[in-house]
Amino acid sequence: MNIENLKKSQSLIALLVLCIIISVLSDKFLQANNLFNVLRQISVNICISLAMTLVVLMAGIDLSVGSVLAFTAMASVSLFQTGIDLPMFDVHIHFTLFGAIVIALLLGLLCGFLNGYLITVFSLPPFVVTLAMLTIARGGTYLVSDGKPLNNLGEAYGLIGSSWFLGIPTPVWVSAVLVGMFIFLSKYTTFGRAIYAIGGNEKASFLSGINITFHKRIVYMLSGLMAAIGGVILSSRLNSVQPNAGTNYELDAIAAVVIGGTSLSGGVGSIKGTVIGAIIIGVLNNGLVLLNVSPFWQQVVKGLVILLAVIIDQKSKKKYA
Amino acid sequence: MASLRVENLSKSFGGIKALDNLNLSFLPGKVNAILGENGAGKSTLLKILSGVYTEYAGKIYLNNSPVSFSSPREAQSAGIAIIHQELNLIPHLSISENLFLGKELKTNWGILDNTSMDTITQTYISKLNIEAKANTLIKDLRIGQQQLVEIAKALLSNADIIFMDEPSSALSDKEIHNLHTIIKDLSSQQKTIVYISHKMDELFAISEYYLVLRDGCMVGEGLIKATDSDKLINLMVGRDLKISPKKAGFKGKENILQMQDLDLALSAKSNSNKINFDLKKGEILGVFGLMGAGRTELLLSIFGVNKPSRPFKMLLNGNECQFKSPIQALEAGIALLSEDRKTEGLSLDMSIAENISMSSLNSLAVINAKEDINIANKYISDLGIKANSAAQKVNTLSGGNQQKVVLSRCLSLAPKLLLLDEPTRGVDIKSKSEIYEIINALAAEGLSILMVSSEIQELLAVADRIMVMAEGKVTAIIPIEEANQENLLKHALAV
Repeated sequence: MNIENLKKSQSLIALLVLCIIISVLSDKFLQANNLFNVLRQISVNICISLAMTLVVLMAGIDLSVGSVLAFTAMASVSLFQTGIDLPMFDVHIHFTLFGAIVIALLLGLLCGFLNGYLITVFSLPPFVVTLAMLTIARGGTYLVSDGKPLNNLGEAYGLIGSSWFLGIPTPVWVSAVLVGMFIFLSKYTTFGRAIYAIGGNEKASFLSGINITFHKRIVYMLSGLMAAIGGVILSSRLNSVQPNAGTNYELDAIAAVVIGGTSLSGGVGSIKGTVIGAIIIGVLNNGLVLLNVSPFWQQVVKGLVILLAVIIDQKSKKKYA
Repeated sequence: MASLRVENLSKSFGGIKALDNLNLSFLPGKVNAILGENGAGKSTLLKILSGVYTEYAGKIYLNNSPVSFSSPREAQSAGIAIIHQELNLIPHLSISENLFLGKELKTNWGILDNTSMDTITQTYISKLNIEAKANTLIKDLRIGQQQLVEIAKALLSNADIIFMDEPSSALSDKEIHNLHTIIKDLSSQQKTIVYISHKMDELFAISEYYLVLRDGCMVGEGLIKATDSDKLINLMVGRDLKISPKKAGFKGKENILQMQDLDLALSAKSNSNKINFDLKKGEILGVFGLMGAGRTELLLSIFGVNKPSRPFKMLLNGNECQFKSPIQALEAGIALLSEDRKTEGLSLDMSIAENISMSSLNSLAVINAKEDINIANKYISDLGIKANSAAQKVNTLSGGNQQKVVLSRCLSLAPKLLLLDEPTRGVDIKSKSEIYEIINALAAEGLSILMVSSEIQELLAVADRIMVMAEGKVTAIIPIEEANQENLLKHALAV
């Protein structure tokens, strides 16, 4: 293995080292049940960070995903449970489970579109626009729910989050399929290549005839969509939606992206790296719980790991630049 | 007078030797010219001497005592100033703030003494003819002006040895003349100047001693008086190389581009600023002018990037058209090679193949990597791009080869009209003549080319006609057989 390959797989090596250390310290870690548990727990973060990778590759950022997750889940579940009254037509619309999920995804796309629209039309910094959306969507969540959680979503709804298929939890299947789709999208399509190009040099991309506005909007829409999918999985697994669901999820997603080696200045990185990054975070959380480390310390450790990851990344960049 | 010499200096990147046991010493108190093609090791040498690269083999002697710099700051305090090829200025700070960055003047109270700094800055501004104010932001300056600010920075540091890495590549002839006066002035103050440039006439005009590098070794040195440009080029490339002037006799009749009444609105004086010209099939129309003449703006207006406020008429193949974006211009068969390949041309972390195929990314499709590689390989051999493979990242290529990659992208679209903005800026002599050959061959195949350049020799070597611009308007269109250095400059200076 040459140095270039070693550099590429350094996050994978870090993951393996982490797994070895934890499995030495705790014999529960390597049990199949526990491993599936880890994968199920990270499935929501994986969904969000897949699209976040594309956003960051384009030198953008999406801080709104946690709130969008809560808003779309809350709105769709409330439609699913109580339907909607249209007094002027004197009708009451009920939503099927499928209909409610479609509404959630559409709302996610809409939030993402608004982000992308504001960023491209007014040339606003993504940080500010999505920060505003973070607040707006969270406020929307409280408005829809009146500040109260929605519980008892029904057995059918719970299936997505807690059922198993072919011996593997359904959310793991969902995230695995999405990972495959995003790897394909980023590596093998003109769309993905354009995102790398825009992140690498936006001006050159513009002059080469790449439609910057189109690509930016679609990527932020994807980000909203993936947050909504994350919301469906989360609410289904918990069989409830809390108004503060998804708080700080954007930070976990950005952490996964960064640990996975994607540059915050855009143009460099990969979906594969992000998936490894998300798994590292999941394994770390799980391991610290197994080792009875206090939750307060868990946060400190997670922060240190993020720092370590970017330091290593920066060092290796300098050495081989 | 400060003396500087290096002994057995070696430096490698990966497996490639940039410097190979280099021995040389500069003539103290004189203007030393370093010549060499891109990749000969000039920039690496400079970066070692200025403390940017700290890991190398060999020794450096400053005033006969061994030194080694662990940071650019150390080199500066030892009296070595460098004007880098890539500008190192902070765009959102003013000229004055940039000049005094890290060495700000303070009042007795310990707060910034802006008045003194601005006054000193103003003296440098007028000395170098920058045509700006001390509080003008760097981002509002043209590249040529920014280059002069870099020079002012070196002058301010009062260094004994000043390195200049292609300081004139972005300057207009007027500004270059300015620079030469400054260099002569410094030389008369016994400062040691080391000057890197690809422009021969310039080296002969200002330098006294030459050192030629090739493949990281010194291949020749001596007094500039005792040599001529043919001999120097011979040393640089290891073979004879001559750029011959273009022969007259272009006879195309078919109009590809007709421009009527374009007003770039660069100068306040109205009415007389309308730009009118036409370009025939297979013709190369050169565009000459000083910095700020509106040449780039002209290209960007054709390409749909700039949208002139006043109405104008543009006919492409006889059809009236105006583009709202580069996408539309590209669809209509126009390609642009922009002025600055690093900021406007390439995605540096991507491969050659990926950069060449960049213009085909709008149609949603699965990437045909094999096809991309095949196309890239075709251009690598057609244009003579020196690379290990089509998958090599472009940031590992030399300037000339990077430029050929951008040119490949333009050509991969099979354009009818090619807009070239300074196609050989920062490119070594050999690559230059190769690019001229490519341009001439393309025109012979029927491609129409509008080529902006600041180098008269270059335009005389490729253009069929030369359009001269000054202050946003066309002052002359001269057929190649009547064009020469004098009349081009005369029209470029006409206001």
